[in-house]
Amino acid sequence: MSRRERTWWLVGGVVIVFYCLFPIAWIASLSFKAPADIANGSFLPTTFSGENYATILTGSASDLFLPALRNSFGICLIATAISCLLAMFAAYAIARLDFPGKKLILSTALAVAIFPVISIVTPLFNVWRQIGLYDTWPGLIIPYLSLTLPISIWTMSAFFREIPWEMEQAAQVDGATTWQAFRKVIVPLAAPGVFTTAIIAFFIAWNDFVYGISLTSTSASRPVPAALGLFSGASQFEDPTGAIAAAALIVTVPVVLLVLLFQRRIVAGLTNGAVKG
Amino acid sequence: MSTTTLPPTEKTQPVSAPKGKISDRSRAERKLGWLLAGPAFLVMLSVTAYPILQAVYDSLFSYRLTDPANRSFTGLTNYWVILTDQLWWTAIGVTVFITVVTVAVELVLGFGLALVMTKALSSIRPVIRAAILIPYAVITVVSAFAWQFAFDINTGFVNSWFAWLPGVGADTDWFGDTWTSLLVICLAEIWKTTPFISLLLLAGLAQVPEVLQEAAKVDGASWWQRMWKVTIPNMKAAIMVAVLFRTLDAFRVFDTIFVMTAGANNTESVSFLAYRQTIARLEIGLGSAVSVLLFLAVVLIAVVFIKGFKVDLAGTRGDS
Repeated sequence: MSRRERTWWLVGGVVIVFYCLFPIAWIASLSFKAPADIANGSFLPTTFSGENYATILTGSASDLFLPALRNSFGICLIATAISCLLAMFAAYAIARLDFPGKKLILSTALAVAIFPVISIVTPLFNVWRQIGLYDTWPGLIIPYLSLTLPISIWTMSAFFREIPWEMEQAAQVDGATTWQAFRKVIVPLAAPGVFTTAIIAFFIAWNDFVYGISLTSTSASRPVPAALGLFSGASQFEDPTGAIAAAALIVTVPVVLLVLLFQRRIVAGLTNGAVKG
Repeated sequence: MSTTTLPPTEKTQPVSAPKGKISDRSRAERKLGWLLAGPAFLVMLSVTAYPILQAVYDSLFSYRLTDPANRSFTGLTNYWVILTDQLWWTAIGVTVFITVVTVAVELVLGFGLALVMTKALSSIRPVIRAAILIPYAVITVVSAFAWQFAFDINTGFVNSWFAWLPGVGADTDWFGDTWTSLLVICLAEIWKTTPFISLLLLAGLAQVPEVLQEAAKVDGASWWQRMWKVTIPNMKAAIMVAVLFRTLDAFRVFDTIFVMTAGANNTESVSFLAYRQTIARLEIGLGSAVSVLLFLAVVLIAVVFIKGFKVDLAGTRGDS
């Protein structure tokens, strides 16, 4: 590559980084603006203020934000754990065993993944009200499985195919049963794939808005995105912009850190499942 | 999607193998296979097949939650009401517009991103890859707020930064008109989902054999010619998968619209229409009918892609 060409690709890289970070930088800047500063028409605050963080963490909006944060963490972790457990067994079977219906399971996962979420919400809204699951944790965990389980099955089967299965056979030759070979040999080899799948599944659950806003009504189970969407200030005279920005940054930073730490694996997980690499 | 869910045909056993033993073992393997994969399969079916069947059933009734006593069977009336209503066709128009614009822009932009990632020096590649994952990891609602606040007449900076553009001034209300609202909605969607497309395309780019590129170069093909005649045809599968997934995803657009306009100024998508009928107006019957129609639209898109463009999902997604 010539020097000129290389410079252009470098410029392209810088533009991409800027493009990706700009809206986050904007939300961060907004979250540090004092209420009087919100409408200053410029990107940066004139003076940095922690007022918005005080509002959502200890102030008037904390009883909206903090329960939502707890709900989101709890519900997403449980949904991720359940779908990873189910997907682990399914992906093992798909990658390892020869049985009819393999393709049926993968196609079903695909169909579920492209299923319009709102079509599930409408009937669930009615049924959940009748059987008392409306506005509860299980009432969200169950539909969240429709988001997390298909991607978990796909991603994990892709990871599991890369595992050197001869090692399992070697263990079986040494007298281990199928189950022992799975637990003692395969689980340690499969752990990175499971972990990556869990991160991706957690992202998807964490990002949900449709279920969160439709199947909850109070802070008993309302997750963060829904709480943000409905957040309209403590009183009608208070502009919620700053508080929303602060809350948005708080829920974004941990996820972004997770991404930065495990970027290589996440990219592998996202693309392995989608395109044969 | 029924066409993709056909079970694979049985593999023929090697003739020389001792019969009794193999079939015993393979029977045990089948049993174990379904034992392990069965629970996941059942859960997937029960969280989607059951609700959609329930929605089909509910859609045949005139049923308001506020007036449950007057629930009555009305057959296909709900569908007739929807399909003859301007609201539905506006929602379809908005949804198709957002889908076509975002997928087209994302494909071009995502391809550019993927190219830069393959060409960039290895020292800055991890930085780009990390940056590219950030929009993917940001909650859609947060991204919607970021873009909304940026364009908002009070809180935004866009009006003062771009005042030099014709038609933009301090009092430009981006959310006061259908087209400008849709523009900002599309911008937010594009920002958020381009990384996903670019990662899929990057994986596709990696599959283009280097030998072909070299051969074309030797034959004197220009950069453009190599791009159109070698690179793109060789990664067609990856492109189609990326487009199919993003199309179906974009067709469900909801979060950004909810945050930015709440459907004001004719910016309601089909998902939003279904939400408003069911959750806000408690019209279970009508809302279910909208949901069923949306589901059918998604199935139709998937079938057109898989049959018409011959996207082999099982093949590209790697079923051994």
